[in-house]
Amino acid sequence: MSVTKRFWLSLVLSLPMLANMILMPFGWILPGGNWTQLALTTIIMLASAGPFAQSAWASFKKHHSNMDTLVAIGTMTAYLYSIYAMTTHQPVFFESAAFVTAFVLLGQVFEERMRNNASDAVEKLANLQAKDAEVLRAGQFVKLPLSEVVLNDVIRVKPGGKVPVDGVIVKGSSSVDESMVTGESMPVSKQVDDNVIGATMNGTGTFLLKVNKVGDQTMLSQIVDLVKKAQNSHAPIQKLTDKVSDIFVPVVLILAILTFLTWYIFLDASVARALIFAVSVVVIACPCALGLATPTALMVGTGRGAKMGILIKNGEVLEAVNDVKTVVFDKTGTITVGKPQVTDIVGDEAQVLQIAASLEVSSEHPLAAAILTRAKTAQITAKAVDNFQAIEGKGVSAIIDGKTGFVGNNKLLTDFKFDNVLVQQEIKLQNEAKTVVFVGLDDRIIGMIAVQDVPKATSSEAIANLKARGLKTVMLTGDNQRVAQAVAAQVGIDEVIADVLPGDKAEQVQAFQKNGKVAFVGDGINDAPALTIADVGIAMGSGTDIAIDAGGIVLVKNDLRDVDKALALSRKTFNRIKLNLFWAFIYNVLGIPVAAGVFFAIGFTLSPELAGFAMAFSSLSVVTSSMLLNKAKISSKVRAVEV
Amino acid sequence: MTKLIVLLIGLIIIAFILWWFFGKHDVTSTEAAVTAERQSVDITVSGGYSPEQVVLKQGVPAVLNFTRKDASTCLDRVVFSDFGINQELPKNQLEAIEIDTSKPGEYDWACGMDMFHGKVIIK
Repeated sequence: MSVTKRFWLSLVLSLPMLANMILMPFGWILPGGNWTQLALTTIIMLASAGPFAQSAWASFKKHHSNMDTLVAIGTMTAYLYSIYAMTTHQPVFFESAAFVTAFVLLGQVFEERMRNNASDAVEKLANLQAKDAEVLRAGQFVKLPLSEVVLNDVIRVKPGGKVPVDGVIVKGSSSVDESMVTGESMPVSKQVDDNVIGATMNGTGTFLLKVNKVGDQTMLSQIVDLVKKAQNSHAPIQKLTDKVSDIFVPVVLILAILTFLTWYIFLDASVARALIFAVSVVVIACPCALGLATPTALMVGTGRGAKMGILIKNGEVLEAVNDVKTVVFDKTGTITVGKPQVTDIVGDEAQVLQIAASLEVSSEHPLAAAILTRAKTAQITAKAVDNFQAIEGKGVSAIIDGKTGFVGNNKLLTDFKFDNVLVQQEIKLQNEAKTVVFVGLDDRIIGMIAVQDVPKATSSEAIANLKARGLKTVMLTGDNQRVAQAVAAQVGIDEVIADVLPGDKAEQVQAFQKNGKVAFVGDGINDAPALTIADVGIAMGSGTDIAIDAGGIVLVKNDLRDVDKALALSRKTFNRIKLNLFWAFIYNVLGIPVAAGVFFAIGFTLSPELAGFAMAFSSLSVVTSSMLLNKAKISSKVRAVEV
Repeated sequence: MTKLIVLLIGLIIIAFILWWFFGKHDVTSTEAAVTAERQSVDITVSGGYSPEQVVLKQGVPAVLNFTRKDASTCLDRVVFSDFGINQELPKNQLEAIEIDTSKPGEYDWACGMDMFHGKVIIK
């Protein structure tokens, strides 16, 4: 019989006894009196409470005990004593056994439902997966189940369709809604060579993608796997409850016996009264609330994180976040975009870009890529050049439209004329720690292009949020001091450590650990040691797989502002765990003495029925409190962020 | 006199509880039955897990077959926190759980409320 059926049975059969209890003072007595009560309670004991006894006995044989042990002993004691009392014509309390059973089962019905709700975040994620895909086979697109898709297949994605697997666009373009995987609410525009993620939703365009990940390698599968592990991981704080739950039930049983002995022998209470106190003690103690406190909160907290694109890998990370004092950032790719960009053009923009782009078109220099990207957005096409030459250690030159154009570094200044106006501008650019490329035509410099690895648009807001939280922010970089300082000033970071060799990042993190726990945010392979050594490693989702493996938190959306959100969510979740544990302990610490009749002198006691209600309520309140984490506001100190 | 006897009985029960639950008792342990490419262990869930300790061979794909005979909601899920497994165990229904045996070590499992425990040893 299911828990729900057992509950309804016990409730329906308890009602006549409830009526009897309430209406007795008014002269109404249950027809059949004690015999009817005995019959009703016997059915409840066999059908509804029977499984408690079975489970209690099965675990007793294995030297174990659990909540069922307490419920079974409590109800059996009340039931058997009442039968004895009936035969000796003393007052009975069958209703206690019946009501306790009904309340405990009511608690379990709700709890089961809520626990299933708490764990469905993963199922929702896994259900995002598309079922089939239009795959190019023998020159035609055919609909195939996802399991038959292999690496390097070409798949067509139609407007409004689901992207079936991870891949790279080979033809077409579109905008894709990635919110279900990354939490990013704005659609992202995608062109040829852009990566798309399986399970995201295509917008209005049609495109072909080449599959580069299938099966459990896809991003969605990996996220599902991570979240599953996180939801079922243990937080260190749980060790306490593990220890308590091992000894909890036997200790409660001993307390109940002591309660009975004290009342009956030392305080001269009647057997019935002493038994009622003992039964109340057994019934109110609830190890479930203790056991549920941590796992339910972890499950809801990490599940909510996954929806926001923040993957928290386990309970240990969650707990460590609570004491973080310093947040250390890697610069390139984390605070900055990671690719140099053209920030300023001095001189006639079109002309300067035209010459620079024409000369750099075949260069593989990283600065050349920045210039070509800028030329492309400005819709300037490179012109054909003749007589291409390298100017040793200075730059390159070539003939464009019959004139000599050149591009290079500041060593060109010795060979060519340089206007005073330009000199002023150059000093300004240098002070901003930008790399300056000089562009010339014939015998004079006509302009400059400043290139810099610029901070991400969201970096300064992200840093401000963290500082508002009272955290110290530090930037580590292999760049020189001047460049590093310039970036730090732009985003408002507290401390800069420049000229750090890739292998020394971990050591720097260790140095900060002397003053408290450290979170490290990074994305590269060279960040992996620092991510591992830091108390909390936060990896950017765009980062290398190694960094993602090493991090304890992964920011899928790649937005630095999520560092603050991740810290806020972790703290919220951990605080909720502490609150749950507090309530679970308080229930027992306060409930047991009250049930034992310690406050009898001031007229404050707990009947077994009320104890049963309190017990059911304690596990329910813990699960409810965890579920409320889904509604809790995750806000930064600077401004409320709607999630 | 009655009270003295009751006191004595009470104390004896307390002593019994202490010995029964906290004394040293053997844990049932089972080695997996290994066929050429698979190994499997049947675990009955009733008032805990029988056996409570399972020894698996490293590198051989393993399956643990859980069958819950107990009506207790305490035992309606089995959680392997190291493997990210949280499997529902419907009553009287065999649920096969695959265990990754690639890394040797001791891995605990527990019921959904962390009250009952079991252990997989991979070596």
